[in-house]
Amino acid sequence: MAAAVVCVLVVLLALLAPWITPHDPTAVDPLNAYAPFTGDHPLGTDDLGRDLLSRLMAGARTSLAGPLIVVLAAGTAGTALAVTAAWFGGWFDAAVSRLLDILFAFPGLVLAITVAAIFGAGFTAPVVALSLAFVPMIARVMRAAALRERNLPYIEALRVQGFSGWHICLRHLLPNLAPLLVVQAAIGFGYAMIDLASISFLGLGLQPPASDWGLMIANGQPSILAGFPQQSIEAAVAVVITVVAFTVVAERLAERFGGGVR
Amino acid sequence: MTMLEFDHLRVEINGRPILRDVTLSVAAGEAVGLVGESGSGKSMTVKSVLRLLPPGARATGTVRFGDTDVHTLDGAGLRRMRSQDVAMVFQDPRATVNPVRTIGDFLTEVLRDQGVSRSDARTRAAGLLADVGVDHVARRLRQRPHELSGGLLQRVVIAAALATSPKLILADEPTTALDVTTQEEVVAILNERRREHGSALLFISHDLELAAAVCDRIAVMYAGEIVEILPADRLHEDARHPYTQALLRSRPGTVAPGERLATVPGSPQSAFDAPAGCVFADRCPQAAGLCRDVRPALLPIDSGLAACHLLPRETPSVA
Repeated sequence: MAAAVVCVLVVLLALLAPWITPHDPTAVDPLNAYAPFTGDHPLGTDDLGRDLLSRLMAGARTSLAGPLIVVLAAGTAGTALAVTAAWFGGWFDAAVSRLLDILFAFPGLVLAITVAAIFGAGFTAPVVALSLAFVPMIARVMRAAALRERNLPYIEALRVQGFSGWHICLRHLLPNLAPLLVVQAAIGFGYAMIDLASISFLGLGLQPPASDWGLMIANGQPSILAGFPQQSIEAAVAVVITVVAFTVVAERLAERFGGGVR
Repeated sequence: MTMLEFDHLRVEINGRPILRDVTLSVAAGEAVGLVGESGSGKSMTVKSVLRLLPPGARATGTVRFGDTDVHTLDGAGLRRMRSQDVAMVFQDPRATVNPVRTIGDFLTEVLRDQGVSRSDARTRAAGLLADVGVDHVARRLRQRPHELSGGLLQRVVIAAALATSPKLILADEPTTALDVTTQEEVVAILNERRREHGSALLFISHDLELAAAVCDRIAVMYAGEIVEILPADRLHEDARHPYTQALLRSRPGTVAPGERLATVPGSPQSAFDAPAGCVFADRCPQAAGLCRDVRPALLPIDSGLAACHLLPRETPSVA
């Protein structure tokens, strides 16, 4: 319950960030660098005097949008692959399964780093690469479930009633798999967030002056040596709280709908 | 007019025969009962009408529905036959209805698929439910399968089967999964409604008496073959095949209380390990040498047909 509240809060903060940040997240104020926690700067300022609370709120937008896109893309592609493979079976299923195994054997983070290195750092390349990397994770679970569902007698009964494969898949199979997909997406969201933050941390994601959380952790590193670790710590805490909250919600959903084990 | 005709149908899965030789016809509006032990091929026979054979199965011989050979139908033709002309009622209604959709969705789906408007489909669904003796129709339409009892749900399935006024209804042990108390009712409703719609019925059961009560003719199957066909009302008088007779003897009620029931010696055989001659030879108390070597043909005797060497042919005298 608390986790769900945190999730909603983080999403709301991200959505409303442009209107509710106390300061301009990119406004530089060198005289106020490394400001302590005050009423004006509740979470202090960074090495250039930018308000950290505002930057965290603004950063929530890209930090949440990235995983969301990854999960939506991988969920759609993975489920489509899984359902068609389970439905047709035979050599098609075998081919898809082997392809997924190969993709699965390749670490998502390495793939994303490679793609970002080739196509240039930024938001798009890592997100696209990670979406691809997350397809097998979702597709494998969904295929197993689709296979089980497809062999249930009611599906045969629908065939006997003369419904086409399209109709059965879209109107019966897919809706009945939806709860599992939601669970998988929620679990994947946390993983995608950590991966994207890692890529940003390595400097292959969003570039300064953007305030992505992963990037903030990286940018705060020099200041740690100067004795002001707040930027890195605050961004890291933001990542951890959000990931934990989403994962706990996913666990709850899995308990409720079943089959979320990974 | 013949509605459904099996002509020397043989089904093999990976080279092993499941059905050896099935020849049977069902006339328009007629009810035929298919009776036999588990594994005798009753379900496979019925499924072959809709080409619902498992992967790896190969069928030879013909199955004709009306004047179309089912094996030559293309995908669209097959779907049209399944959705409009033939309906099937399965054993366990709970397994064959999508558990998360409402009864209303289930009943209107076929109609909607055929272009009936939503409100018309709703009205017809309500009418169909009322026809099969379901009360509180409006509430039932909003309920989900788990909220209904097995007997009630099977009535819903029967209502759905009748939705398109099919020419043929296939019922695969429609009462086996139900309480004994509701079995009779459900079968009665199925039979009454299908008579009103003029649908033919192919009724699978392992209960000879039930099949005889519902059907016009009974076909007895053993190890992938039909061994005897006879009019349902002559079941007790005219059963001539040793297997049919053994089945009739092993019913409860044929012996005095306290005595052991008669059984058919041996265990049921599958089509692929049945002997080369008569399929029942290994378990038949009267089997002779001829029975093990030569397969008997299904020949007329009394009011029906029987496949047995031991029956007198062409001579009306008693064996």
